[in-house]
Amino acid sequence: MFEVVNTPLDEHIKLKNFSHPKVGAKVTFEGIIRDYNEGEDVESLEFEVYDELATKEGTKITEEAKEKFNLRDVYCVHRVGHLFITDIAVIVIATAGHRQVAFDGCRYVIDELKKRVPIWKKEHYKEKKAEWLKGHVPEV
Amino acid sequence: MRVTVKYFALLKDITCKSSEFVETEAATVDELYHELNQKYNFPISSDIIRFALNDEYVKGDTPLSCGNTIVFISPIAGG
Repeated sequence: MFEVVNTPLDEHIKLKNFSHPKVGAKVTFEGIIRDYNEGEDVESLEFEVYDELATKEGTKITEEAKEKFNLRDVYCVHRVGHLFITDIAVIVIATAGHRQVAFDGCRYVIDELKKRVPIWKKEHYKEKKAEWLKGHVPEV
Repeated sequence: MRVTVKYFALLKDITCKSSEFVETEAATVDELYHELNQKYNFPISSDIIRFALNDEYVKGDTPLSCGNTIVFISPIAGG
């Protein structure tokens, strides 16, 4: 499952339950706003999403991960809006019978998200004008 | 024909619009990008722009039809 929200993720994730009798491993990745990037002091990040395509593409990625790594469950949520240092921007959770596939599945989801899901971020700096980051060019 | 173009991120800042109706004779999504680039002078090389038509990624040579919704996708940076 994939979703985009505009509210804090630490609260959002508390409502989710991934326990299951066949789950022996749960791997969580959190992407967090840090105060530097490529030598610049960062104050905040503004995320914008093309919601319809992001939801379609994100859902495809989580389904691919589930099938490819034989996961019990996989969940990814991305926050959009204006985020500040230490805020969580994205969470991926993968559960499986054993740890290796849970690690691999979790990594697959975050790596593919960065390459395929249409979300943009504008970095706001202490010393210079804000700018949109030049990230990945999706393969089509 | 009339199509809808939606803008996000840098392209929204450049056009000062989140969407607009466009009257065009462009045959493909790529031609439409070049047509609008003449008007807005987008600061992004056309070889790194990707396209979505009706909320699906498509290639640049995809034909346009009346009523389509097109998004020009500048490099993404989620996560």
